[in-house]
Amino acid sequence: MADVTLRKVVKRYDDVEAVRGIDLDIPDHEFVVLVGPSGCGKSTTLRMIAGLEDISDGDIMIGGDIVNDVPPKDRDIAMVFQNYALYPHMTVAENMSFGLRLKHYPKAEIKQRVTEAARMLDITELIDRKPKQLSGGQRQRVAMGRAIVRNPKVFLFDEPLSNLDAKLRVQMRIEIKKVHQKVRTTTVYVTHDQVEAMTLADRVVVMNHGRIEQVGPPSELYHRPATRFVASFIGSPAMNFVPCRIEDIGGTLHVRVSDTLAFPLPASRAARYNSVSRDTKLLLGLRPEHVADARSNSGPGFETFEATPDVIEPMGMETFVYFPLAGGQICGRVNPAVDARAGAPLRLAVDLNHMHLLNEETGTVI
Amino acid sequence: MVDVAIQPNRATRTGTRRRTSLRNALKRKSTAAFLMTLPLIILVAVLVIYPAFYSLHLAMLNKSMQRYVGLSNFTFLFTRETFWLVVKQSCIFAITAVIFKALIGFIVAHFVHNIPAKGQRKWRGMLLVPWVIPPAMSTLGWLWLFDPSYSAFNYTLSFFGIGPIPWTGDANWARFSVILVNVWYGMPFFMIMYLASLKSVPDQLYEAAAIDGANWWQRIWYVTLPMMRNIIAITTLFSLIVTFANFDIVRILTAGGPIDKTHIFATWAFKLGIESSDIPLGASVSLFMVPILAVAAIFILRDVNKRGNES
Amino acid sequence: MSSMAIIDKGAPTRKVKYGSISRDRAWALRWSYFFLVIFAFASLVPPIYMLITSLKSSTEISAATNPWWVFHPTIENYVALLTSSQFLIFFRNSAMVSVLVVIITMLISVPAAFALARMRFWGSATIATGIFLTYLIPDTLLFLPLFKMFAVFSNWTGIELINRWYVLVIVYPTLTVPFCTWIMIGYFASIPKELDEAAIIDGASWFQTLTRIFIPVALPGLIAATIFAFTVSWAQFLYPMVFTTSTDQLVMPAGIITTLIKGDVFNWGQIMTGALLGAAPPLIIYAFLMDYYIAGLTAGATKG
Repeated sequence: MADVTLRKVVKRYDDVEAVRGIDLDIPDHEFVVLVGPSGCGKSTTLRMIAGLEDISDGDIMIGGDIVNDVPPKDRDIAMVFQNYALYPHMTVAENMSFGLRLKHYPKAEIKQRVTEAARMLDITELIDRKPKQLSGGQRQRVAMGRAIVRNPKVFLFDEPLSNLDAKLRVQMRIEIKKVHQKVRTTTVYVTHDQVEAMTLADRVVVMNHGRIEQVGPPSELYHRPATRFVASFIGSPAMNFVPCRIEDIGGTLHVRVSDTLAFPLPASRAARYNSVSRDTKLLLGLRPEHVADARSNSGPGFETFEATPDVIEPMGMETFVYFPLAGGQICGRVNPAVDARAGAPLRLAVDLNHMHLLNEETGTVI
Repeated sequence: MVDVAIQPNRATRTGTRRRTSLRNALKRKSTAAFLMTLPLIILVAVLVIYPAFYSLHLAMLNKSMQRYVGLSNFTFLFTRETFWLVVKQSCIFAITAVIFKALIGFIVAHFVHNIPAKGQRKWRGMLLVPWVIPPAMSTLGWLWLFDPSYSAFNYTLSFFGIGPIPWTGDANWARFSVILVNVWYGMPFFMIMYLASLKSVPDQLYEAAAIDGANWWQRIWYVTLPMMRNIIAITTLFSLIVTFANFDIVRILTAGGPIDKTHIFATWAFKLGIESSDIPLGASVSLFMVPILAVAAIFILRDVNKRGNES
Repeated sequence: MSSMAIIDKGAPTRKVKYGSISRDRAWALRWSYFFLVIFAFASLVPPIYMLITSLKSSTEISAATNPWWVFHPTIENYVALLTSSQFLIFFRNSAMVSVLVVIITMLISVPAAFALARMRFWGSATIATGIFLTYLIPDTLLFLPLFKMFAVFSNWTGIELINRWYVLVIVYPTLTVPFCTWIMIGYFASIPKELDEAAIIDGASWFQTLTRIFIPVALPGLIAATIFAFTVSWAQFLYPMVFTTSTDQLVMPAGIITTLIKGDVFNWGQIMTGALLGAAPPLIIYAFLMDYYIAGLTAGATKG
């Protein structure tokens, strides 16, 4: 077990920079998830930690040693691939023990480690089967078993759940978390699925265009996103953004979203945004749960307005309403008891205590 | 937030160190890879590419290979009537045989594809037998079937009042016979290629075509053929090369006779170069296969490049 | 408008169509079987006739009886050939040449295919294309320069290659190696990249990745390539005709043709027996490993 450190890591392909200088400290035992859209450099970063890609610039350290030149086999890492990459001609046990056999471990120890890992993953009865005879979830377990058996310093996961169906994905997610709680190995996990990132991670690393946008625990990313990208990437349905300006009306600070609509800011927010230039083009960021029905949501910081939704999505425990506002489409979340119908005006309330204000040009959260 | 980098100096220092060792590692890997392909490269260079150019050199020597004679072997060939016969016969032989192989192969592949999958293996197994028997051996069987005095074909045809047919005795019949045997031998290859590619056409395409109102013929024309176009092109090209360069069948069946009427480049080159010991003249003859092979090479290269670009 | 037309056409005929489809299918099936019988018959007539003839005595062959039937079956032709030391030498030479060629082919083409499929290096793409193009240079173009080359070689070194069976072991790989390499590149390329990455992380060297992962996983391709190399070596006719002449150096097909056909005296019973015995090894391999045989046949074009 060990910590992993990335210092100004750069990856260039010919003249394209896939990873543009990443700095990251992963302490021992931590479960870190790299998340971002495809092509953001998250997989490249993981593969550089694994040693499958060489580094164009910077340093990678595992357990305090620079491993830039160290071939993958000597980095003491284990990796789980998206398509599992099980050796099709070997049984489950042989798959799991391949690395140990290459290192000439004593037979008894190999057997003991395989049995232990198989028990942990609940695949003891599958031990003599070939990968072809296994279901997707079982293959995933074997792939994890292959990693666990090695007892490496670091686990690397490359979108391991992408090939599973939705139900199995949830189940395996829990499984992975349980395994990590048991073995406590430092883990770097790559996914494009923000739900996976939020549920699994001790800390989430949001990446975009080869750079780190923000690092933090899931709740921090959700509640205090640093950039527009993080704000829109984390959370589903995504955060709403409405173009707006700050205005002083009758001595109180307002946020104006259209000619007819301006909300007074609650005191705490007003103090924070007072210094913002009144001319700056801004974005009002509101999560759907902070655009709710007016009847059951009131209090300081709640401002009501009327909107006519054009699409209604009843989800059972909540209902999403979509309505046009200031040229964009806004998603709100209302109580399913509220009689929301497409085309019928609806009284809604915005919760400005949880609003975000972004600079439209720079995309940073103010 | 993003962690702040410490010791930027050290990073650059290790950067230069790493780049040299990385280059060494890459060099080692590509050296290993090169060494693994080296036997192949040597084999091809020494026993294929060198002799191919060497035959150009040989073609410019006199019969005893003592003297350089320039292009006079070629000009000599142009004056020989047999040479033009060989050119004509080679083209007729290759083109006719390939067309029939391709057509019959296509039809037979459809028949095999039509029947229930369970029985296909058995039929495919029987239909591929001509391809499996070494052609020199099966041509002996044909030679015996065509025997002037004991021909089993003529025996059978005599019951219908036909014959006796001089299968290998008459020039035109002999030309027909060598093509027949070549088609018999090569058709299964086309059949098996087509069958493989027929199986790769997704059923939904046919169902979609059927829903769009396409009849049986339209389905073949608009779905099957476009989907198989690549395989048809490649198989035809391959077969054209192999048929054009054929030796076994003509050599055994007619040995070029009667009176050189069925000679193709390979058999004539063999006769001149080995049997008459005029290696330069034989080499000149076999070099005439190069133009059509070059055309084939261009087509294949284009195809390979196209595929390279797609991937 | 057009969609209306389709509905109009489809709607009234739909009920009828179900019946007509199955009737069409039944007829198509019947015709398919009919033609398949004809084509299978045409495919099998020559080998069957060879078998019939091989079971006849010379007197029966020259008698004016129905050639398609054996009235007095005899195995004298088989006995004669299988006890003839000359024929057994052909067989032995062929077996040695083919086995050696298979071994050499695999030793050359498997590592080369692995390097070309996985270890990209400078010029690897050119080499891969070049291999494919050598397939275009036929034996019938090369036999004369090779003949001359071997003659020159023995003048220089004193090592005689012409009229020695092992000369075939040297030249046959030119026929087998390019295609086998091409097949193996196709099979190796179809192995997911993650598999060798997993192996590398598990601590395997490139060599171990080849021997412990790639070769076992691509075993079907390896078998297909082996079958291909063997059948090509066994069936080659031109090179033995050119390079070997003495009866103790000849291999199967060329040997049968040069020794059994003596002038105008055709002993057809023995010729057919010899031809059948010469065809037996590829046929036996085909009978037992048909799927691999066909895989190898189609792999070159579809995978490459």
